[in-house]
Amino acid sequence: MKSSPKKEFSNQLDLINGLILSIFVVLLLFLGVLGYAIFDPSFSRFSGFFNADSDEKNEFLAEVESEEVVDGIHVETGFIDAPGMVATIQNCTGCHSSSLVIANRMNEERWIETIRWMQETQNLWDLGENEKVIVDYLVTNYPPKKIGRRANLENIEWYELED
Amino acid sequence: MNRRKFISKTVLASMASALGMDIVFGSRLPKGLLPLGLSKQDPFELFSKDKDMILLNDRPYNMEARPHQLDDDITPNEYIFVRNNGLIPNEVDVENWTLSIDGESVISPKTYTLSELKTRFTSHSYQLTLECGGNGRSEFDPPPKGNQWSLGAVYCAKWTGVRLKDILEDVGIKSDAVYIGYHAADSHLSGDPTKEAISRGVPISKAMMEETLIAYQMNDQDIPLVHGYPLRLVAGGWPASASGKWLERISVRNIVHDGEKMGGTSYRVPCSPVAPGESVADENMCIIESMPVKSLITYPKTGAMISDKKLSIRGHTWAGENSVIKMEYSIDFGSTWKECDLKKAPNRLAWQRFSAEVEFPQEGYYEVWAKATDSDGVSQPMLVPGWNPKGYLNNACHRIAVKVS
Repeated sequence: MKSSPKKEFSNQLDLINGLILSIFVVLLLFLGVLGYAIFDPSFSRFSGFFNADSDEKNEFLAEVESEEVVDGIHVETGFIDAPGMVATIQNCTGCHSSSLVIANRMNEERWIETIRWMQETQNLWDLGENEKVIVDYLVTNYPPKKIGRRANLENIEWYELED
Repeated sequence: MNRRKFISKTVLASMASALGMDIVFGSRLPKGLLPLGLSKQDPFELFSKDKDMILLNDRPYNMEARPHQLDDDITPNEYIFVRNNGLIPNEVDVENWTLSIDGESVISPKTYTLSELKTRFTSHSYQLTLECGGNGRSEFDPPPKGNQWSLGAVYCAKWTGVRLKDILEDVGIKSDAVYIGYHAADSHLSGDPTKEAISRGVPISKAMMEETLIAYQMNDQDIPLVHGYPLRLVAGGWPASASGKWLERISVRNIVHDGEKMGGTSYRVPCSPVAPGESVADENMCIIESMPVKSLITYPKTGAMISDKKLSIRGHTWAGENSVIKMEYSIDFGSTWKECDLKKAPNRLAWQRFSAEVEFPQEGYYEVWAKATDSDGVSQPMLVPGWNPKGYLNNACHRIAVKVS
């Protein structure tokens, strides 16, 4: 049976409505994802969802091999044993040694700058919530020392100089 | 889990995150990627370094000398500082090693084997001072990031090789050439094979200088692996990072070379002075060229206790592209200065020997300070000079402690 022009028009209208609705839904989803990406660009919260193996990332972190602590110092790395140390070992000592971290004394702003530089040029990953943990650990335990324009000579090993 | 295993996983992870996908790179990692940087070998033995050198970092390896170890006119390998931006190549295939010259400003690219380089061009030897741009970084306040070098990231070795100028003339370069940039066989710290650890260079004027060498010998022997075997670009008097190790390729550029560590805060300082700790925009940073006037007391070692009121001191002084014309010492914190005996350099860009006989007026604690003045009339400051984000160019006077009883 041939449909009347009116019915055909109504069918087409339904089709167009459906199309508009689906475009709208897709757009909304896209905006949602985009909005989320602003806050979590690496989608770290979904890493388990997108990854077949949700522990994949943890496996890549450097491991704390020994928990031995003497006089408040973690023997294996030389780090001060304090909150945030484990995250610091895991995320920082994969590419360079702990001594490089310990030797550097910076405030929060400059540590974050350094992390950004490592992310831009050295393939450091997004640290997510650990960024604050690590930066807090560093500025608390390794604060910048005021040494002024020229410090005293220190740790001089005195010895008898023979002629 | 052993260190190597977890490191290699970390490396894979960082590559995966960089590329946004999971990759099985393990099999594709070049052989030399992990071992040297990561094994638990003793770096002093590995690089034939004196046990008294200071190890700043073992991943990557960075090591510096104590001032008294730098007393020789020609620094032996055991006291030469080690500075790596990436991972040292593990295997060097000398038989098949080539040097290619390419870039926008060559008429046509050309490749030389090692033996072609040695036989086709005249060899030259120079004693050349190489100092890390960040030597002395540990004295800046607020502390800049990076390896906290104190005094010993400097040396003067004898380099033998062919002039870069001769090679560039053989290749033929265009009149629009402004810079050369090196490319080398070391790998990025993260292990990412798509990234270079460091690729710096010098303006064409420096490249064309007689003393700028493509060297294949250091101190009359093959260059030690850690210092660039089998081929190294050596540009004396400039930050040592301009002297590319494990050299494979030189690009003649019609722009300022834009390789790894040529931009941002790397080997660059504010074009105009800034207050300590100030942030500096990229466009206001300028590339370090010639290193500033500086000196080091290499004898005696700091901490000398003497019963005689007389003391012989000696050391070296250097001034980048310039020469040093005056050398002085002070035992009263700069109130009075006395002149040292100063020798001429054996060749341009080599450090100069100074010496003096110091007399102390009475018993007590002294510091002997040394101050050099270069051919432009510029002297070393007694205080740490202008702060910069990465803590380069600290040429403040060196001093040693002496007790007279």
